[in-house]
Amino acid sequence: MPTIVVEVMPKAELLDPQGKAVAGALTRLGSTTFSSVRIGKRFELSFDGEVDDAVLSEVRDIAETLLSNAVIEDVVGIHAVAVDAETR
Amino acid sequence: MRIGVVTFPGSLDDRDAQRAVRFAGAEPVALWHGDHDLQGVDAIVLPGGFSYGDYLRCGAIAARSAIMTEVISAAGQGLPVLGICNGFQMLTEAHLLPGGLIRNEKGSFVCRDQTLRVENSATAWTSDFEAGDEVVIPLKNGEGGYIADAATIERLEGEGRVVFRYLGYNPNGSINDIAGIANERGNVVGLMPHPEHAIEAGFGPDTVDAMRSGVDGLRIFRSALEGALAS
Repeated sequence: MPTIVVEVMPKAELLDPQGKAVAGALTRLGSTTFSSVRIGKRFELSFDGEVDDAVLSEVRDIAETLLSNAVIEDVVGIHAVAVDAETR
Repeated sequence: MRIGVVTFPGSLDDRDAQRAVRFAGAEPVALWHGDHDLQGVDAIVLPGGFSYGDYLRCGAIAARSAIMTEVISAAGQGLPVLGICNGFQMLTEAHLLPGGLIRNEKGSFVCRDQTLRVENSATAWTSDFEAGDEVVIPLKNGEGGYIADAATIERLEGEGRVVFRYLGYNPNGSINDIAGIANERGNVVGLMPHPEHAIEAGFGPDTVDAMRSGVDGLRIFRSALEGALAS
């Protein structure tokens, strides 16, 4: 069953308190490599059928109207994942 | 006058809002999120709470419920609509109000008696105030930081559509200390603080006069009543 992944991130200019808290934890654990962390969302939409332009267009629409709020978030990625990868 | 209060899955303050409506002298009407029926009410309150457990985004799923189709249509015709906390979040998600609400700047849930300044007394929900009035209304939220792009903020400020502003302390990092805004017409108002929790002495916020004596919230509900009587 094909799955389309939609990734949504809080807008870059907005404070991401969750990411900031994780970055603070990293510092406390002694990591000095990473200067910031941002946390977003990943949606997996599965369906029966073939990945085609119509499906991708529908997902794009869903991503923009429901899965994200353009005031505070950006859709940063929409991609189909290989069927093989879905066998867990 | 009949004021509808919509209950969504996860609404918490719908009963409090109904009680506030009754205290203000109007008849509360319980409305259900899954219905397409506003039961002919004269105004609508979208109450606070955690509709759908704040899944996806606060208010996002509730904003796309059956009753909201009717609320959006009625608001477009001038019906007074008040969104409190989660209800405010729904109004932004439903595009009845611009901007959005994000997690509090300091990351923590804030619960306090909050002083506000009423900036605009010309809306359907603030006619019982004078502009500049200072009121104390309880506030309790985790995602109450109001944001919008610079052009929207400039427009809101320029058109007097910032209705309530935090005074003394900004609890959530809202731009320009914005606590509540209105649509262009002034019939749709959203605010993060909870006026329904400041309607009865003994159960309201602390004031300089006495503990829990604050009843400033009642004036918000009375405003809708006055508007209906005047029209």
